[in-house]
Amino acid sequence: MAKLDLIMFEEEYKLLNEIIGRLEKDASAKVVFLVDKNGQQIAAAGDVKSIDATSLASLTAGNVAATDGLAKLIGEKEFSLLFHEGEKDNLHISIVGKRGILVVIFDQNSSLALVRLRVKKASKELQEIFEQVELRAQKESDGGSRFESPFSEITDEDIDRLFGD
Amino acid sequence: MTFINYASREINCKIVYYGPGLCGKTTNIQWIYEQANPEKRGTLVSLATETDRTLFFDFLPLDMGMVKGFKVRFHLYTVPGQVFYDASRKLILRGCDGIIFVADSQKARMEANIESIANLATNLKENGFDIRSIPYVLQLNKRDMPSAAAVPEIERLLRFRNEPMIEAVANKGIGVIDTLKASARQILMELQRN
Repeated sequence: MAKLDLIMFEEEYKLLNEIIGRLEKDASAKVVFLVDKNGQQIAAAGDVKSIDATSLASLTAGNVAATDGLAKLIGEKEFSLLFHEGEKDNLHISIVGKRGILVVIFDQNSSLALVRLRVKKASKELQEIFEQVELRAQKESDGGSRFESPFSEITDEDIDRLFGD
Repeated sequence: MTFINYASREINCKIVYYGPGLCGKTTNIQWIYEQANPEKRGTLVSLATETDRTLFFDFLPLDMGMVKGFKVRFHLYTVPGQVFYDASRKLILRGCDGIIFVADSQKARMEANIESIANLATNLKENGFDIRSIPYVLQLNKRDMPSAAAVPEIERLLRFRNEPMIEAVANKGIGVIDTLKASARQILMELQRN
């Protein structure tokens, strides 16, 4: 299933944003990111502008991938939770379903216990949406798409234009 | 694995530069970083050792512009080339959309090139991909070296599926953009087919 694309529609995207927006408030976090295991940012809530979100997504995915590798080396399936404690800010990273990573950045206005509690609840909800997305992708790959992809008509000229030719 | 977001109208694609140690993978993306419009490029992240050898990966996000009303963004990654970092290389291939194999043209590095392609095939397979069908571009780097092998000779040894083959001198920027463009073309055409 390596080549099953992650396709996100408006309604799912809205739901994901709602959940992480709520998590950010409930956990008194600074920022919450939802990242894909391949390093792409899916959604974000909170003071997002203060952080280079693209680099954060890529490094988080690298971190999780490396930790996954470590887990397998010692015979574990995965480590579902990573916690990095800083002087002011802390990073709580957890796995959601098969392909999501939830990143919560928080300071002294919150606590690890509160973050863990809220993340647990949000993870369940997020997982359900990921499952829906996956199920739809699977259905479409099995039995033809219900929508016409806008990319079916990409031309050489479109690609040349990307490179300013 | 391309990430298509219909809500924010974005397509994100992951391109991985692969090849033996010191073949010029990092040099390729450093050159792209230096040349790119600062508004279109993100931060170049390099997880390297103190001697500037890639330890885990380099990462450069690039906004390419619009296609069919969608913002196209490429995430460029390099792998560590040194043989003993194989576990890391495997991880970085996860969810990739296209491979750029950077071959070192020097005669003495031909065996390392061949070994690296074989290693790529194995690692792709472990990630559920097939080296014979994934978007794939071959770059012949270091064409300016006196000890560079002749192009037909390298082609005979390294080209195996009629993939686009581009001659380059990455530290001078020669062939760097052409290589990226060939990869982008393949990936977007793949999207078209799917």
